[in-house]
Amino acid sequence: MRGPNSSELRMSRIALFLSTAVLSILTAAPLVWMLSAAFKPPDEIFNSSLIPKHPTLENFSYVFTQLPFTRYILNTFFVAGTITVVALFFHSMAGYAFARLKFPGRDLIFLSIFATFLVSLPVIIVPLFILVRRLGMVNNYAGLIIPAIFNAFGIFLLRQFYLGIPGELQEAAIIDGASYWSIYWNIMLPLSRPILSALAVFFFLVNWNSFLWPLTITTNQDLWVVQVAIASFHSQYSAAWNYIMAASAVVALPTLILFFFFQRQLVESIKTSGIK
Amino acid sequence: MTDPPRTSLGNSVRNTDGSKGIRGPRRKALSERRARAFWTHSRKESIAAFLFILPDSIGLLIFVAVPMLLSLSLGFFSVDGFGGYKFVGLANYNRMFHDVLFLKSLWVTILYVLILVPGLYVSGLGLALLVRQKIPFIGVWRSLFFMPYVVSLVVIGLIWQVMLIDRIGFINQMLELVHLPSRSWLGDPSLALGAILFVTIWFLMGYYMIIFLSGLQEIPREYYEAARIDGASAWAMFTKITLPLLQPTSFFVLLVSTVSAVSGSQAFDLVYVMTKGGPANSTALAVFYIYQQAFQFNNYGYAAAMASSLVIVLMAITIALFMATRGGRFHLT
Repeated sequence: MRGPNSSELRMSRIALFLSTAVLSILTAAPLVWMLSAAFKPPDEIFNSSLIPKHPTLENFSYVFTQLPFTRYILNTFFVAGTITVVALFFHSMAGYAFARLKFPGRDLIFLSIFATFLVSLPVIIVPLFILVRRLGMVNNYAGLIIPAIFNAFGIFLLRQFYLGIPGELQEAAIIDGASYWSIYWNIMLPLSRPILSALAVFFFLVNWNSFLWPLTITTNQDLWVVQVAIASFHSQYSAAWNYIMAASAVVALPTLILFFFFQRQLVESIKTSGIK
Repeated sequence: MTDPPRTSLGNSVRNTDGSKGIRGPRRKALSERRARAFWTHSRKESIAAFLFILPDSIGLLIFVAVPMLLSLSLGFFSVDGFGGYKFVGLANYNRMFHDVLFLKSLWVTILYVLILVPGLYVSGLGLALLVRQKIPFIGVWRSLFFMPYVVSLVVIGLIWQVMLIDRIGFINQMLELVHLPSRSWLGDPSLALGAILFVTIWFLMGYYMIIFLSGLQEIPREYYEAARIDGASAWAMFTKITLPLLQPTSFFVLLVSTVSAVSGSQAFDLVYVMTKGGPANSTALAVFYIYQQAFQFNNYGYAAAMASSLVIVLMAITIALFMATRGGRFHLT
């Protein structure tokens, strides 16, 4: 197609380029707005300019000196990190067994695990809280960590992955007299490094961002995670938006850093979650 | 993923299995030995497998399955803040049907689901079609669309609350700039749910964009090339090729977005931060009202009774979609 058509085509390509660029910049704009507000003094917060006239670090220093924010951050790192490591360990074990070992009732057990896929926290939170309280896990790290470890999503993804590993590998190891544990530990785990790192990023992100469960299970401020901290900070100082935005920026920063460095892994683990 | 090389050992197994040359009693002994080896092998395998799945199975049983069953039975009890139980029969369920606020919260949930699910479908698919084009810096644009999804909903809720503040908020200032009336987005009962829905779609559309993108990548390019040669319009290609072949992805998206909308996976955090259910209960979704009843008023039994109605709705949706897709097969053809 040449002649008059080609310039028309070029115009439509430029229009497409511009509309995509503008739309995506608008989508990310509120996050940029948060960052800019975090550096603004209180009287500039509602100034619509994105660049602070008198940029200040005072908001951040307030958050870290007047509030035990370092403690909240360490709490969250500990809780989200532990959940991620333990969950990946358990899920890879289960995923390997469901994919590569034969045992009575395998399909039935897997189906019942898969059925819990669609159970989400807000729906079962009342009985879950009552149960966890019975187990003595209110207001301690166990209550924050243990119930959050178990989900069918990770098992499902890892099983899919192990199904793709050729069976000959395991047969050969068995002939060599390897135990199932050493097959899992020495063959399967090293092979699954890419998917495990993708899931690790995803799990850490989800648990860093988790709010409802920590809110329900902790009243002791020493145990607060960052999301609970900023939400209650917000209800105490509802007008101190410059402090709230600075705290929000601090809370969002690790997730944005993870996003910039591990975008490919994140996108991969979301893609594989789409059932085919 | 690359295929690991076949080991010579793997092949030698094949050879012993295929040995047909041996006859008579030796053959019988061999087959018995093999049967015994197989039996101990498979028993060992079963025991190993059970140990492998044990931690996750116990965890899922205690923290997912038992609460699920409890949610269906707890509604028959009155539970106080200290864990004392009293059987009350159908009292909680009776109360539920006469609780105006609960019925209102169901209505808010229905509205929320009916707008959110199509909204996410259209925005997710639309963005996927947009960023599938070959345009300069496409990776950057994709990242920007996806970026809100990595930030926590609490932070998202706080950002939007400041931006939507009456009169002096960023959004209202922008509206006044183009001579549109400024509004009380989170203070007006007729607007607040819309604001929550807008923020939810803005937050989630990048996620569904990625799901749709991977679905679109599965459609062979030749189909489009053939259609183009036949002179098909872009719209015809979309309705005759893209949509039908995208069916598995569409089912997945509809299922996941419906379930997460009904169970308030995103809505809870946003409502908690932005509106606390107000104004005039216009954003009090069922999950939020249930949470308030349980954790603000200590009506655990009543909250469980209301939650069990949601569990039944979710189960019905899942079963219906499961049957429509013939047991989870998302391919219709």
